[in-house]
Amino acid sequence: MTRRRVGLFLTEEEKFDVIIVGAGPAGSACAYILAREGKSVLVIERGDTPGAKNVTGGRLYTYALELLDQGLHEEAALERKVIREQIMMLSGDRAITIDYHDPSFNEEGRPPMSYTILRGVFDEWLAGKAEEMGAMVACGIRVDELIERDGRIVGVVAGEDEMYADVVIAADGVNSFMAQRAGLIEDIKAETVAVGIKEVIELPAKTIEERFNLREGQGAARLILGCTEGIHGGGFLYTNKDSISLGCVFMPEEAGQKKKSVHEIFQDVKMHPSIYPLIEGGETIEYGAHLVSEAGFRGIPKKLFREGFLMVGDAAGFVINTGYSIRGIDLAIVSGIAAARAVIGAEGTAAAGPLYMEELKKIKLLPTMQAQDGFSDILETAWLYDKVPDLAADVFENLFTVTGEVPGSVKKDVMRLIRSNDLSAWQFIKLGFKGMRAL
Amino acid sequence: MAVYQVGFQGDESFMSIDRMSAPELLGLNRFNVDEEEPHIIIDKEICRRCAEKPCLYVCPAVLYKLDKNGEMSFDYAGCLECGTCRVMCKNKGIIKWAYPRGTFGVSFRWG
Repeated sequence: MTRRRVGLFLTEEEKFDVIIVGAGPAGSACAYILAREGKSVLVIERGDTPGAKNVTGGRLYTYALELLDQGLHEEAALERKVIREQIMMLSGDRAITIDYHDPSFNEEGRPPMSYTILRGVFDEWLAGKAEEMGAMVACGIRVDELIERDGRIVGVVAGEDEMYADVVIAADGVNSFMAQRAGLIEDIKAETVAVGIKEVIELPAKTIEERFNLREGQGAARLILGCTEGIHGGGFLYTNKDSISLGCVFMPEEAGQKKKSVHEIFQDVKMHPSIYPLIEGGETIEYGAHLVSEAGFRGIPKKLFREGFLMVGDAAGFVINTGYSIRGIDLAIVSGIAAARAVIGAEGTAAAGPLYMEELKKIKLLPTMQAQDGFSDILETAWLYDKVPDLAADVFENLFTVTGEVPGSVKKDVMRLIRSNDLSAWQFIKLGFKGMRAL
Repeated sequence: MAVYQVGFQGDESFMSIDRMSAPELLGLNRFNVDEEEPHIIIDKEICRRCAEKPCLYVCPAVLYKLDKNGEMSFDYAGCLECGTCRVMCKNKGIIKWAYPRGTFGVSFRWG
């Protein structure tokens, strides 16, 4: 692989068809298609290697890779295919774990539904595939500015270098400086993002498989509610080949207001009596953090393009959080494909933007995000993050407690527990209505 | 508190999980610090007047701290480049927030 670090002294005549800023999944997927279709493509990545600046929970839904090229998942740098979908609720020292296993998600003859991944590994692989198709990936270069001519974006500035292209594609992630430079987004509002933090904890593959009831190559994905001290957010745990990704996501706005350190809360989660045994004996090998957009469909910028400029992936706000599943990497890849199709199909730079919006609809990205927009309303509900797991644990405690005394009526006990958690049946009814209206 | 408790499981010695401080965690990462050009700069005078100081709580690397005199101190060297401080700093005490220059900053091996 040829990765040029410096020395791209190009004149305006030697321009590329497309310059992509950022070699994450969106940028590399876009480069892959463009290069395959014969376009000259330069991908500029500020990290030393693709993925070096990226952090995920995380998992990848496989359909996106298949959309990029059939059979690609077979050679992709993936960790484990997810066969267990788990939801955990914590309340003090107590824990409830729901474990959903559905063999039809992973039937012979078709790609498994999703894989756990590590971005340092995956992104480098995908960028390598784009290079195989003929894209040039230049790492260790930070793009500083866009070049504008007569209202059109015509290139980028990186340090001393100027590079020109018919189209510049912003694939530079959630803190998209490119989209800001293009005037398409304002400063990020704190209430629209969450901060994710995680440790990668090394453990032997066999230990992981024993602890999570997995066979070789199989993995578990777990979301955890009730581990954020009431702050909007939750925890996650993904099993990788030889490690576990354990982390928490918080609304920073609320952590600041409540004056609670996100680092401290996460360290508490690690030591929880129902989490600790899963990672015991392991060794933390990395500590990462990243912002994630929480605004869903309504958070997508009003305009995703200008003449000579498109936004893809996190830069365009393409993330879906339903509370039980989180999607971003698949949407990044899909949006990269849509952008590539638009550039290929457009006659003239002015046509690429509107065509990109068409492609985003055709590839089902915008309709999918719109369909799940209502989840944002439900997830706004403050009592989901502490009172619900507390109540659930209280109910389970009630059900499983045997003392020799005459048990009370379960219905009455549940109503009592709802009240003792400062909740009312009415609140559940209202949330139910809200949910039905939203979804 | 010890970072690692070296214990024994059967015959193999193994490292165990424990609470870790932010500096201990950051010590595991690979950083190439840009000594010439800090990518984040704060104005301590503005920070002094900021009542909320959310940065003390939201930075995953805990790089914003109050020193003995109650003055804000910040070290960009262990920055994970998440951008949380940037979106949370309402009183604009952060007068510069950019990504580190190419090749500098954190390099996640796993991510």
